Parts: sequence; C-alpha cells; structure tokens
Amino acid sequence: MASSYQQLLALARAEIPEIDAASLAERLEDGAPPLIIDVREQSEWDEGFIPTAVHVPRGFLESRIAGVASHDTPIVLSCAAGNRSLLAAQTLRDMGYTDVTSLAGGFTEWKRGGRPFDTPRTLGPEQRRRYARHLSLTEVGEEGQLKLLDGKVLLMGAGGVGSPAGLYLAAAGVGTLGFVYDDVVDESNLQRQIIHTTDRLGMLKGESAREAIAALNPDVTVNVHPFRVNKDNVLDLLSQYDVIVDGADNFPTRYLLNDAALMTRTPLVHASILRFEGHASVFHPYEGPCYRCLFPEPPPPDLAPSCGEAGVLGVLCGVMGSIQANEAIKTLLGQGDTLSGRVLVYDALGMTFTELKLRRDPECPACGPDAKLEFKDYEAWCAGIGRHPVGAA
Amino acid sequence: MSTIKIPPVLRPAVGGERQIALEGATVGELLDALYEAHPDVRTQLQSDDGTLHRFVNLYLNDEDVRTLDWLDTTVDGRDTLTILPAMAGGS
Repeated sequence: MASSYQQLLALARAEIPEIDAASLAERLEDGAPPLIIDVREQSEWDEGFIPTAVHVPRGFLESRIAGVASHDTPIVLSCAAGNRSLLAAQTLRDMGYTDVTSLAGGFTEWKRGGRPFDTPRTLGPEQRRRYARHLSLTEVGEEGQLKLLDGKVLLMGAGGVGSPAGLYLAAAGVGTLGFVYDDVVDESNLQRQIIHTTDRLGMLKGESAREAIAALNPDVTVNVHPFRVNKDNVLDLLSQYDVIVDGADNFPTRYLLNDAALMTRTPLVHASILRFEGHASVFHPYEGPCYRCLFPEPPPPDLAPSCGEAGVLGVLCGVMGSIQANEAIKTLLGQGDTLSGRVLVYDALGMTFTELKLRRDPECPACGPDAKLEFKDYEAWCAGIGRHPVGAA
Repeated sequence: MSTIKIPPVLRPAVGGERQIALEGATVGELLDALYEAHPDVRTQLQSDDGTLHRFVNLYLNDEDVRTLDWLDTTVDGRDTLTILPAMAGGS
C-alpha cells in the first residue's frame, strides 16, 4: 500500500524515541555519551556539526553503518530538522540496531540553543575528485584522507625501494615527504629507481624526486635532506616525521636508524633487498620488536654483498617499496594489521611470500628492559672491529 | 627429507640451489648434513668455535628456533628450515 511522506514520518515518529537538544547536550557531558550519527548531505555537514558526531550521509547509511556501530551501540541520529533522522532510525531498527534515538529538531535546534558545534576541516573539490577511490573506502574516507594529508613520512634514500614508496605515498596524498640522500641520478639507477628519469641524469636525487612528485600531486610538500645521516643529525631529522621508510643501502645506517627510531619512538618500516629476494617488517618502538631483536648484530662485510656487487631485480624494488608504502599508510591511518611482529620474505624467482614470526627479544641490546641505548660508532661496529672475527669465510 | 631454504647470499656455496632436501632428526643434524654436502656453507653460518652467527636466523617453518629447542629442535619430513641472514640493500 502506498504511503505519503507525511504518513511515513508519522509512522516513524510513533515508533522511534526522540531526544531533545538539551537532553543530548547533558548526555554528552556524561561519562558514556551516545554515538551521534549525522545523516545530512556533505554540504550541510561542512557548515558545522555536533561535537563528536560522525558523518554518514543518509544515502550511505545502510552500507556504512557496520563500520561505525554495532547492533547494541546507543545511537542518536541527527539531521537538519529531525525528519530524515527519524526515517534513518527506522531503517537502522529494521537492520537490527536496538538502541536508536532521533534528535528532535536536528542540528537547527541544537544551534538555536547557542550550543557549541564543530566545523570540519574538509577536502576541497579538487581533492575530492583526486582521492575519490580512497573516500569510498570506509577504512580511509575523508577523515583518513585528512590524516594522510597531515602525515609526514621520511624516506631514507631516494633509490630502489624509496622510489616506488615515495611515488605511492605521494599519489596517496601523504602531505609531507622527506628524502635523505647524498648522491645524484646515475644511468645505472634507472633500471629500478622509477622516480628518476633519463632527462634528469646527474641531478641531485632529492631534486629529481621533488620534480617527479610535483608533477604527480601538488598537495605534497617535499623536503630534501642532502646529507648522510649520522648520530649528530638523526634525532633532529626523525623528530620532524611520523613514520620512517627505511631504504638504506648499508648496515651502519640501518642500525643507526633503528636506535634513533627507538629514541624518538618513531615507527620504522623496514625493507631490504638483494638479487631476487626481499625482506619487510615494521618496527613499532617498544610495542613490537625492533631491528636488533631480529638481527642483534650485522654480518661482516664479506658476507653481506651490496646490490651493486650482487645485483638486484628492478621490479623487486617495486614490490618491496610498495609494501613499505602500504605499511606506512596503514600506520598513519591506524588501520589494519601491520607487519609488526612478522618478517615477510619475498622470493621473486620462486614467486613465494613466506611469513616468519618475530618477537621482542627480552635481551635485546636496543629495546630490551635492561638495554642501555646509546649511539655507537656504527661504521666501526659494522666493519666488525672488536665484535666478531672477520674473515672467517 | 626436510627442506632447507637457501638465501641468495649462500647460494654460490651450494651450487646455486634455492632449496635443498636433506635428512636429519633435529635442526643441528640438518645443518650437519648441509655442511657435509656443501662444506663452504659452514663458515658462513658459524664461527670457528661452532656457534651460529648472530646475524643469521633459523626458522623451522615460521618459528625462530631460538624460541624452540635451538639446534636440538626435532624436525620431520614436512618441515622447512629457512636460513635468514641480514641483508642491507635498499637502493
């Protein structure tokens, strides 16, 4: 039987409990405030919303509600005048949500009482188009995209894994990317370092990366740090960033970064590569294992050939750098499970991914409870001086 | 026969193989069988006094054998021993 809008509304009003703005304001002061879901359209939300409210436009309510509330969550639905929220509440009841209330008079009534409201930081229309595929993901959405735009990621190296990681982070709209490097673009880099181009041979790598990213995404600020990190500059450097992507090509830098990441409590996304094989993990300081829980000490130089000596498949860098970008983005968003506590081993020849368990080492010399963490002479230590017999092989 | 996965840096010492099937009842016996078949591997995995280098990890399937019974950890034919040395490359 057909029903008019007025009939539908009257039916909803008879079934759905309503709360007035003053009572809702009181409940927000309580210890256990309800979840406020604002079902208005984007342009209405942009002009202001009740503090703590989450935005789920009416048209997406059914598809997105599972991501924001469980069936017994106390929910208050809010719209402009209290009609759409009534109909939305009925829909949620039909879907099995048991504690659903509608705000009488909606946001208009809320504001009329002079109550506080928030104005959202929002994406501009161009950003909305650029990041449309992210905005469709409940794990990202506008809130997540704004987090990415506020995010600051430091890439150690603008080379094999730093190139694809940097490009994907830039495309994703991570607002600040820093590149640490101390060399120029060389012809032999181009087989894998895809952020650089033939016409930029000889250019400083950070400047080349900056050009590539400016062409890809004007939202991204690129900081260049044209020096080698050392114990005198690393803490100041890391303190400017939220996440580090480690694409270093030598052990002294990797151990220095690990120790500095612990000191500054900055998450470190690890990848290392050789020939056809890559390792990846995430080191969350003091929450999960660190690099020295995995490898307390480095191999002597003769047992650790560089990619320059032993070779590396170009596309391997793409796979591992993309995994790093993925983990950095999840870390910024606070979504999903990272590789913290796991080492992922990728064998491109056998086309296998192997996962190995990694635990915090209670005797870890860097992050263990008895560790006395301080910088050391990493160059000498990694050369094996005073550590273990060199030349055993 | 258990499978030993050989990392890139050790492959020259085993004739280029990516994995090798060997007999052994424990992790230690598997390593001894590996050293017997490919003597050059020994010095890359352990020092002169027989202790395994700290820059190499061994995993039985996905578990670090240091968290199991170390070299006495028993293995059977379905197990895979992964040798994981640290790698530094990134660029």
